[in-house]
Amino acid sequence: MSGTNLIESLAGLKAGSQLADAVSERSGIMEMSQASHDAVLLPREPGGLSHAERAALAVRMARWNGDSGLAAHYRELLGQAGETSVLAAVASGAALEVLDADARLIAITRHVDILTKTVKDATRADIEALKAAGLAEPDIVRLAELAAFVNYQVRVIAGLRLLEEVL
Amino acid sequence: MSVPVHEFTVEVPRWAPYVTPVALEDATPEQLDALQITPSNKKVSAYVLTLAHDPESLKVRSPLFNAIMYGKGGLSSAERELGAVGASIVNRCVYCAAVHASRFNQLTKRTDVIEAIFADGVDAELEEHQQAIFDFAVRLSRTPSEATPTDIAALRDLGLSKLEILDLILSASIFGWANRLMHTLGEPVRD
Repeated sequence: MSGTNLIESLAGLKAGSQLADAVSERSGIMEMSQASHDAVLLPREPGGLSHAERAALAVRMARWNGDSGLAAHYRELLGQAGETSVLAAVASGAALEVLDADARLIAITRHVDILTKTVKDATRADIEALKAAGLAEPDIVRLAELAAFVNYQVRVIAGLRLLEEVL
Repeated sequence: MSVPVHEFTVEVPRWAPYVTPVALEDATPEQLDALQITPSNKKVSAYVLTLAHDPESLKVRSPLFNAIMYGKGGLSSAERELGAVGASIVNRCVYCAAVHASRFNQLTKRTDVIEAIFADGVDAELEEHQQAIFDFAVRLSRTPSEATPTDIAALRDLGLSKLEILDLILSASIFGWANRLMHTLGEPVRD
């Protein structure tokens, strides 16, 4: 995943534009954002959350944020990691009630939905539900980092698109 | 006996994790590296020890956070803190709001802005300059983002440069990250 910077390419930054000049003053931040993407989507040590699961959840979160370009990127990662029918359903935004998945994947998907759409309402009970579904504590932290990162990234892209539009 | 803190405050509480933090004596070399533990620096918070369960992301996120919040040039430190507060209000991260609201107060030597925000939340009425910054951070923090070109134009009309607006986007967005860790993996408490 080196060479291109995902945020800059999805925000549609044109080389030499006024905004591209401003972004180049923050090039370190863009590089660290890309490294963060690789750390949460393609970690060397994925623990109990496979690359395919991470990609499917990222598609779902990009969808809740209304970013089809970002969703398409993560769908590509899902294809590379090995898409299954249940992960395709997670990615498609299927409701939890109709998701034909085991209790663990349903709990994970439910948590990602909370962290994306209603984070202010999250409580200790949500973490207890993940533990009850069999998630190890390191995987609970990994899941939070994944959801938190995608929700960071999608906002940087949204902000840059607006700025490009107005400048 | 510690008591959870549910209301916004500028008195920074203690953060108590819902998961067991990594014990320093059990940390792997990769975790110690991400924690930046050195013979002269052995102080590390429960929050960072919790995040050490995922050392790959901790190692890249810490410098990213510092670059966004404390990098040279561009938006003033106080205004970056206001962006952080806007996100933390939307996501109701009481701990994050306490830390960054108190920094805003220290930097600006005033308390009325934060008092208004803590009293009325996303509907707070502020002076024109702070209003535009706060409102943009709030709207960008919704899911999906509700920020519009009009919000950006308001910032431009107040004289913010494109680099300053970029810094505001980044500071609000990085709290979209920080809030989702701090508010969901533990809670603020008073001992």
